[in-house]
Order: sequence, then structure tokens, then C-alpha cells
Amino acid sequence: MDGTSEVGLRINGKPFSRVIDNRTTLLDLLREQAGVTGPKKGCDHGQCGACTVLLDGDRRVNACLLLAVSLDGADVTTVEGLADGDRLHPVQQAFVDHDGFQCGFCTPGQICSAVAAIAEARAGWPSVVTPPDTPPGPVEPTAAEIRERMSGNLCRCGAYVNIVAAVREVAR
Amino acid sequence: MKTFQYERPADADTAVALLADAPTGAYLGGGTNLVDLMKLGVAAPDLLVDVSRLPFDAVEETGTGGLRIGAAVRNSTLAVHPLVRERYPVLSQALLSGASTQLRNAATVGGNLLQRTRCPYFQDVGKPCNKRRPGTGCPAREGAHRDLAVLGASEHCVATNPSDMAVALAALDAIVDVASGHGPRRVPLTDLHRLPGDAPDRDTTLRHGELITAVELPPPMPGARSAYRKARDRASYAFALASVGAVLQVREGLVHHVRVAFGALAAKPWRARTAEEALLGEPATTASFDDAVRHELAAARPLRDNGYKVPLARRMAVSMLTELAAASAGGTP
Ligand SMILES: Cc1cc2nc3c(=O)[nH]c(=O)nc-3n(C[C@H](O)[C@H](O)[C@H](O)COP(=O)(O)OP(=O)(O)OC[C@H]3O[C@@H](n4cnc5c(N)ncnc54)[C@H](O)[C@@H]3O)c2cc1C
Ligand code: SF4
Ligand code: FES
Ligand code: FES
Repeated sequence: MDGTSEVGLRINGKPFSRVIDNRTTLLDLLREQAGVTGPKKGCDHGQCGACTVLLDGDRRVNACLLLAVSLDGADVTTVEGLADGDRLHPVQQAFVDHDGFQCGFCTPGQICSAVAAIAEARAGWPSVVTPPDTPPGPVEPTAAEIRERMSGNLCRCGAYVNIVAAVREVAR
Repeated sequence: MKTFQYERPADADTAVALLADAPTGAYLGGGTNLVDLMKLGVAAPDLLVDVSRLPFDAVEETGTGGLRIGAAVRNSTLAVHPLVRERYPVLSQALLSGASTQLRNAATVGGNLLQRTRCPYFQDVGKPCNKRRPGTGCPAREGAHRDLAVLGASEHCVATNPSDMAVALAALDAIVDVASGHGPRRVPLTDLHRLPGDAPDRDTTLRHGELITAVELPPPMPGARSAYRKARDRASYAFALASVGAVLQVREGLVHHVRVAFGALAAKPWRARTAEEALLGEPATTASFDDAVRHELAAARPLRDNGYKVPLARRMAVSMLTELAAASAGGTP
């Protein structure tokens, strides 16, 4: 009755449970309570993608607009959870190889988003630029497809050209 | 943000009962609009009843060959559903042209239908706004209204409904299923949203506490083509300046069934009934499409900075209908 609830999540494989203020967004819970600061607060209004994390596998979402209390039981993966020990995730490696960033602020969100975007195209999800008569099955990761699918992640430094190249290399 | 209680009931009856007792409570879908408005201070519910995990999460064929879409289905799931892609391309395309994949993964069908206007004054609690605080005035009329309504507005409000999905649903003659303490009722999608008149604070015809449980689509018209097109300030991840969804069935060169709905022109998805009536039985040609759409848009009353929307919407609709007619003639699916 006091505006708090108990919530239990898995964050990068580790259980996390706590009584939280109902107003806490997933982004604030990650950054301020769980010490997971990979996801960034760019706009806090769903407009930039810097806070992108993966829910229950590879469903990408904006952590800034989700109430943590509504996610009880969810499995959350942030950029910190992608590498396999010291071995970078292929998308992380491709961002390094292609210089897919400048200041790096948008990068954790870009990388989580790209991981999901690649999975979605492989699973045959169309995008708005996929021709409507395309047969079912994996969607060819053209530059136009990647630009559309990554459009929920803005980059103030304008590293887009290299981001597209990085995503393309892994998606092929 | 004001503090609030949170409940996640297991069934619709409990959800409805919880809100019936809470005049300033609200349902929570994905939260991508409501949580945003709570951060801005525009919404301040004291109770959130989370309906995003109610068992309304299926997309199923109906007995008559239509489609029943649960209100908790995520926008992304619906957009890529094989039956939606195959039978209702206008709906799949409308969903895919809205927001970003991140937002569509969270957004629900119920929440998308009830998302509120993006009018900048509505979102700024430091400004007057008749929709947010009735009687305070409408600064958009004289101010920033480039994105706002050209059809069906009133002196009290010129806001637009921002949903892409709702435009497709209007073109598809969708029906919305609603539950409440007074029992279930069915509302045609085109009667769900309302024009502002002298009560712009009421976006829809729903009463407090009514819960959207599903949206039902009638069976697709045999041989009909459909599509959605959207004009915006950047190539992706932006709200529409104007959009059009259309369904067209041509027989022997004549229009046999046609539905046209415009987005971003009014406070509701604008069904072009005047154009539809004018087109029935007419040759499916660019000339008849142009005549009919001009007739429809003659009702437009643009403000200082949004007159561009009228020719934009007309050209989009005419070229889309022309393409749909060509596809019908060519026989390609
Ligand atoms: C940056 C950004 C860009 C966007 N771009 C677009 C765009 O281009 N096109 C577009 O169409 N949309 C766009 N959107 C809006 C987005 O589509 C909506 O926020 C989303 O669809 C709302 O769904 P939700 O489930 O998150 O709703 P919520 O935020 O949870 O709820 C919205 C409203 O619906 C009510 N509600 C929720 N479920 C029910 C129910 N079952 N019954 C009754 N009431 C209910 C809530 O009480 C609330 O009033 C954008 C949003 C953002 C933040
Ligand atoms: S157009 Fe409507 S929502 Fe915008 S300021 Fe005027 S009254 Fe408010
Ligand atoms: S911080 Fe979440 S989208 Fe910008
Ligand atoms: S690298 Fe600086 S914002 Fe993208």
C-alpha cells in the first residue's frame, strides 16, 4: 500500500530481487541498483535507443520506458552479458573492427539492438522496406534493411556508415 | 512522477473490478506511451492495473475466416504474423512503419489504440491545452501546428491521432471488443476515437474502466489488394505527417470494393467515405481516384502551417490506389 513492490529478475544470468519503488524504470534499476551501467540514459523517453537491452533472449526493448515492476520474472541481457568470457560477441568484435563508434555513448544500445536485429532478419521478420512479395524465410541483410532495422538507435557522432558495415558483416 | 500502486491481476474480470473502484487509476499495457506521459507529469494515475500479461495474447482465425487479435499481442508479433502478412498487408505495413522495433516489441494492441496525441503543448504541462486541462485554451491554433489536423478539428483542439495501426484497422472495418462491469460490447474501430468538438479531453468513446480485450478483422475480400504508406520528416522512426491505408477490389476494370483511411490528418483515423461512395462501380483509373479523393479532401480546413498535408495526402492516396489497381489487373499476389 506504499507504492513499492517486490520484483525478481535475472540480469545477465544472475538473479536480482529487491523491493523497489513502483516508479523505477528498468533502466534506473539496472544503472542505479544493480550496478549495470552499460545501458545509457540518452533521452529517457524512448526516442534514442541508448538504453536498449534484450528481454528473454533477443527481444530488444527501450529500458527507459519499461517499469521494472511489470517485468517480474524476466531475463534481462545488457551489453555486459554478451561476451563469452574474454571473447567478444561477434557483433562487439565487428564494431571494433569497423570503427562503429566515436564517443561510444550510443554503442551499448547499438550493439544490443544489432544482436536482435540480426536474429529477427534470420527468423524471417520483414521490415517496412522488405518488398511485400518477398517469400517467407530469412531476409537478405542489405544496407537498406540494416538502416531501417537499426533506426531506433540514434548516434550523435554520426557513426552510421561504420555501424551499417559492422552489422552487415555479422548478418551475412 | 507521482507515486502509485501496482496490480497485476490474472484475469480480465479482476482487472475491470480493480479500475471500477479507482477513478484515477489506469490500465498499463507496454507502458511506452503511459510511462512517458507519467514522466512528463501529463498523466498521474494512483493505481496501475497491468493488463500486458492477461491471456489475450493470441492471433487466431475466426469461424468466418476473419482474424481475432488479442489486446495484449505485441505490435511486433502482429506485424510479422504470417496470416497478417498474407491476408492483411495494410496492417503489417502500418505496424512496421510505426516507432522502432524496440518500441513495437513492448507496445500492445490495446495500448496502441489508446495512445494519446503527440501535440507538443499537450505534452508540456507548463502550457495551456484544452485536451489536458479543459478550458485553458489551445495554443496550437496560433502556434506550432505543422503536424496537426486539417480535417474534423474544432476551435477547441486541432490535435491528431498518432497511431499508424489504427489507420489500417479503420480501412479493414475492424471491430474492437471491450469488457467492463456492464458486460462486453463491440465497437467499430471507426467509432472508437472521436473528433474534439467542445470536449477535446475525451479522445475516445470508451468510459473509464472499459478494457479492450481484442480486435476482430472481417475475412479478407477475395482478390482485394491492400497497402499502407506514410510520409514523415525522416526516413524512419518518426510519426506520420500524412499516411494512407487502402483496400481495393477491382472486377472487370471497375471498383467493386474500396476502403481508404487517412492518418495524421484528424483526431481519429479518417475513413474517406465520400471518396469510397464516389468510386463504387467507377472505372479503376487514376482519373477517377483523383476525382474521388479531391472530393473527400474538399472538407479540409488547414491552418497557417499545415496546408501542405492536403495535396500530400491526395497524391499518396491516388498513387497508391493506382498501384493497387495495376496489381489487381496484373494478377500478381
Ligand atoms: C519515440 C516514439 C516514437 C513512436 N513512433 C510511433 C509511430 O511512428 N507510429 C505509431 O503508431 N506509434 C508510435 N509511437 C507510439 C507507440 O506506438 C505507442 O506508445 C504504443 O503503441 C502504446 O502501446 P503500449 O502498450 O505501450 O501502451 P501504454 O503506454 O501501456 O498505454 C497507452 C494507453 O492505453 C491504455 N491501455 C493500455 N492497454 C489497454 C487495454 N487493453 N484496454 C484499455 N486501455 C488500455 C493505457 O491506460 C494508456 O492510457 C511512438 C512512441 C515513441 C515513444
Ligand atoms: S491541439 Fe489539442 S492537444 Fe494540442 S494544444 Fe490544442 S487543445 Fe491541446
Ligand atoms: S534513453 Fe531510452 S530511448 Fe533514449
Ligand atoms: S558514437 Fe557517439 S553517439 Fe554514437
